[in-house]
Amino acid sequence: MTSGQRRLSAVATAALVVALAAACGGGDSNTGGTDSASQGTETNAAALTGEVKADGSSTVAPLTQAASELFGEEQPQVKVPVGTSGTGGGFEKFCAGETDIQNASRAIKDEEKAACDAKGIKYSELTVATDALTVVVPKENTWATCLTTDQLKKMWEPAAEGKIKTWKDVDPKFPAEELKLYGPGTDSGTFDYFTDAINGEEGASRKDYSPSENDNDIVTGVSGAKGGLGYFGFTYFEENADKLTAVQIDSGNGCVAPSVETAQNGTYAPLSRPLFIYPSAASVKRPEVAAFLDFYVNNIDAIAKDAKYIPLNAEQTAKLKSDLQALKSQAG
Amino acid sequence: MTVLTTPASAVRLARQGRPIGEHIFRITLLSSLIIALGFLAMLLIYVVQEGWPRLDSTLWESMPSIRRPETAGVQSGIFGTLWIIGLTALMALPTGVLAAVYLEEYADKTKWYNKLIELNISNLAAVPSIVYGILGLGIIARWLDFGFTVMTGAITVSLLVLPIVIISAREAIRAVPPSIREGSLALGATQWQTIYRQVLPSAIPGIATGSILALSRAIGEAAPFLMLGAATLVRFNPEGVWSSFTVLPLQIYSFISQSREEFHILASAAIVVLLAILLLMNSVAIWLRNRFQKRW
Repeated sequence: MTSGQRRLSAVATAALVVALAAACGGGDSNTGGTDSASQGTETNAAALTGEVKADGSSTVAPLTQAASELFGEEQPQVKVPVGTSGTGGGFEKFCAGETDIQNASRAIKDEEKAACDAKGIKYSELTVATDALTVVVPKENTWATCLTTDQLKKMWEPAAEGKIKTWKDVDPKFPAEELKLYGPGTDSGTFDYFTDAINGEEGASRKDYSPSENDNDIVTGVSGAKGGLGYFGFTYFEENADKLTAVQIDSGNGCVAPSVETAQNGTYAPLSRPLFIYPSAASVKRPEVAAFLDFYVNNIDAIAKDAKYIPLNAEQTAKLKSDLQALKSQAG
Repeated sequence: MTVLTTPASAVRLARQGRPIGEHIFRITLLSSLIIALGFLAMLLIYVVQEGWPRLDSTLWESMPSIRRPETAGVQSGIFGTLWIIGLTALMALPTGVLAAVYLEEYADKTKWYNKLIELNISNLAAVPSIVYGILGLGIIARWLDFGFTVMTGAITVSLLVLPIVIISAREAIRAVPPSIREGSLALGATQWQTIYRQVLPSAIPGIATGSILALSRAIGEAAPFLMLGAATLVRFNPEGVWSSFTVLPLQIYSFISQSREEFHILASAAIVVLLAILLLMNSVAIWLRNRFQKRW
């Protein structure tokens, strides 16, 4: 063997080591999988296998992820990877038949319905939790404890762009503090819902606010500016209640603060919203998907609390269960 | 070993000649270095400090969890990353090195098609990674119907690093002195024998360094995987090339956007793991270069 060949083979060995390390990783998990499978068959006669693919809204994802984790304790052989492509991006995949369950923070749009119809994808809309879109201001803000939906519209409507610059512009009673707006980016289902509820048209918003796909950026932005205001899901407010104040919303029936109760009974209007999952009817025929959905729906209260979401009220829970039964009988 | 540096006497003379200008220049050079290293040190200190409470074995022993961030790990991300990088190395390195051998040793550089290939490789190296993500989604995942699997991810990343591998391998092959080739050919070796026995072994340090740096770039990529729709919460390790997967950068991205503080600590700890894998690969590159370095 010449020195040159020795060198080449050394490099080939190095490459092999890398490849083997990866392969060994797979091997380990394989043995792990088989172990749990044999345990599974011992304790549970109906051990299922397969993969249930979920994708969609990052707002709903933690809920499906919590369901996936809890389900994994019962059916360790069923894999439930959960993606976060956003509500719009997720529907694109769902209607191409690439995923089994779509997480959505808003209802399906007409063009998405058309895309699903074109591919023959049938689905059902299940409400799995409630969210209270929370409008937040920093602790230093002492004047805006309650805002009317008209005041919110005045701040956020497209016509406000470049005109409504201070709090005084919103209402003469407010101080002349600079108004700094933070919100989710335009791809977000939260943005779609807020613009629809407040500005009256989905997607219609002033553009000169600071958009962010990461709600933690909105927390940082609002808590750092005296005249700041932003909106996001209730969980992000709960986690940051020491830095931010949640504004009460007056939609004509007095001021209502966002909370578990007001969101559940619907008095926190118009900003309490349902969160959905859309299972595909074709996928429900597969036993592992049906088992996962059964588990999800039957444990919805525990799952919602575990993932720090606002659980459904009794009436909504009953509707969720009957909706799933309807989907299963429709799927056959 | 002779190293080319400015002789000490010349430095002394220069200092005497133009003391102020020389000093300012030296200080500028030094501060540039401090800026680069200072920021790296700050980043490292910050991340280690943030992630310190979670830098323990649960990090690689357990799976990510949305319910118990305080005991969650990133095992599926570590294995996903290793699978992707292992497959990428198997696909991109041989292809890249062979392409470089063709361009350097066989291609007639006066022909228009070879010029076109060269121009395109340089352009491809500058294409943003998200564009490769779109390509992977449209062609590999959907048109070839590979789905959102380890294979799709690895092919996409291979395409992403291929131009970099080709360019660095070409540099390494070009650095082999022509006298080596001429000597080999003069002794009666064929062109392939010359390449296989003389040129490639001499070029290995450069090829290895370039390749490992290219793979290190691939490890840190999140954009193409986001585009490919790799799931962010995956509670199992890949079991083969057709398995669903996630990679460390994606997990870090999803942890950072969670509301609970525990996830932010976990993200920092995962960043430390990612940096450790990167440093490990870079040290292998340095070791390979030193081990096989040859001087003429």
